[in-house]
Amino acid sequence: MRVTVIDYKAGNLTSVLKALRHLGADPEVVEIDASRIEAAERIVLPGVGHFAATQRLDATGLTLAIRAAIARGVPFLGICVGMQWLYAGSTEASNQPGLAHFSEACTRFPEGKEKIPHVGWNSLEVPSGSRLLAGVEPGEYVYFTHSYKAPVTADTAAITQYIEPFAAAVERANVMGVQFHPEKSGATGLKILRNFLAWNLKETA
Amino acid sequence: MITKRIIACLDVHDGRVVKGVQFVDLIDAGDPPTQAARHAREGADEIVLLDITATHQGRATLLDTVRRTARELFVPFCVGGGIRTAGDAAQVFEAGADKISVNSAALADPMLIEAIGRSFGAQAVVVAIDARRDPSASDPVRDAQVFVQGGRKPAGRRVVEWAREAEDRGAGEILLTSMDSDGTRAGFDCELTAAVSEAVGIPVIASGGAGAVAHFVDVFGRGKADAALAASIFHFGISSARSLKQDLARAGVSVRLPC
Repeated sequence: MRVTVIDYKAGNLTSVLKALRHLGADPEVVEIDASRIEAAERIVLPGVGHFAATQRLDATGLTLAIRAAIARGVPFLGICVGMQWLYAGSTEASNQPGLAHFSEACTRFPEGKEKIPHVGWNSLEVPSGSRLLAGVEPGEYVYFTHSYKAPVTADTAAITQYIEPFAAAVERANVMGVQFHPEKSGATGLKILRNFLAWNLKETA
Repeated sequence: MITKRIIACLDVHDGRVVKGVQFVDLIDAGDPPTQAARHAREGADEIVLLDITATHQGRATLLDTVRRTARELFVPFCVGGGIRTAGDAAQVFEAGADKISVNSAALADPMLIEAIGRSFGAQAVVVAIDARRDPSASDPVRDAQVFVQGGRKPAGRRVVEWAREAEDRGAGEILLTSMDSDGTRAGFDCELTAAVSEAVGIPVIASGGAGAVAHFVDVFGRGKADAALAASIFHFGISSARSLKQDLARAGVSVRLPC
C-alpha cells in the first residue's frame, strides 16, 4: 500500500511513518514536489505545532495539488494540525487560511477551567457510521496533545469532551481528519490507521 | 473524560535499565526495548526513558537505544538525558522520540526550550525539574530548590519560579521529581506537586516516591498531578500499570481502561 506523507516541517514524522510501516504500508515522503501528489493513492498530512506552519503548503503548491487529489477521490487523512488545516482556518494564525474543505474555523479552548494544552488519553464518542472509526467502540481512548480544536458539526465523526465537546474526528467521503494521534494511541489508533489504509482510491473516484 | 496518566519510567545507564535509591546504588533492571514494550503491553499510558548517566558524564544520549525502543512502541515516548542543544534534540526525535525532556541544559540556557519548541512544537518539550524542599526556609515547599547533575548540585533557582519560566518559554509539560522522595517508595511529595501544578497552566507529571496505590490516589487528588511516573514499582513485577489503574479506578480516579 502506497501512502504519500506530506512533510511541511511541522514536527516530527518518525512516529507516523513507523506506524504506517508497522501496518504494512509503504510511505513516501513529499516535502516540496507538488507533482508527486498527482500519482498519490492515499495522502496523510501529519503535523504538530503551529497552524502557521501550513503556510509552507501554499508556498510549495502542495495546497493546490492536494485540493486536486481530493477532488479525484484520493483518500486523505489529516492528523492534529493536519486535521485543523481542512477547515477554513484557525485563530492560532488568523492570517493563514486553511483548505476550507470544511467551512468552520478552529479555535483555542476557552481559558480558565482546565489546563491548556489538552494532553493525554481521552475517550471518543462515536455517533454513527464513520468508516474511518469502524470497529472503534464508544469510550475507547486515544492520545491528544493540542490547544486548538474544531467545532462539532454534521461532518464530525467522533466527539471528545474537554472543557467543551469538540470534533475528535471529521469525515466527509474521502476526506478525513483526526485531532488525536492515532500513531500514539495504542491498538485503537492502529485500528483507525488500518481503516484508512484499507480505503482504496477506486472506491471513491 | 480526560484520564490521569500512568507513565512508566526507564532510568537507563550504559544502555541498561537501572534503579537506585536517590540516584545512587544502581541495580540492573533489564533491556530498555523489552521493558518499554512490556510496560506498554501491561497498560502504561506513556513511556519515559531517562539516560541518567548522560548529563554528568557528558555523554550523548544513546540514540541506538532510543531507536530500538521506539520501533514497536505505539504510545507516547519521551526521552531525556544529555540533550544540550536543539541539534541533540533533533537526533533524538529522528530516532523515534515523541517528546524530549531537558533539565540542566535548559537551566544553563533557557532559550533551549524555545529553540526546540519552534522546530518540534511545544507539546514535544518536557522540562524536567529535580527538586528538594528547603528545610531552612520559612516555607520549605514554596521555596523548594532546583537541583542539577542527578540531584548532586543546587542550581540556585526556586522550583515554582523555574516551572513558571519554563511554561512562559513554551514548555509543554513539567516533569517534577522530588529528590527527597525518589526511590524511597514512601509516597510522592504531594505538597510540592500541588504547589507547582497550581502555579502553571501546563500538565505536571509527578515523580519520585511511588510505592503503593494509595500514593497515586494521593498525588492525583491532593497533589493535583496530571500524570504520575513510576519506575521501581513495576520493574520487579510488584505490579503492572494495568493492575495499578484498576485499583485507581476503584478509588474513583479516571484512568484509561481497558488498556
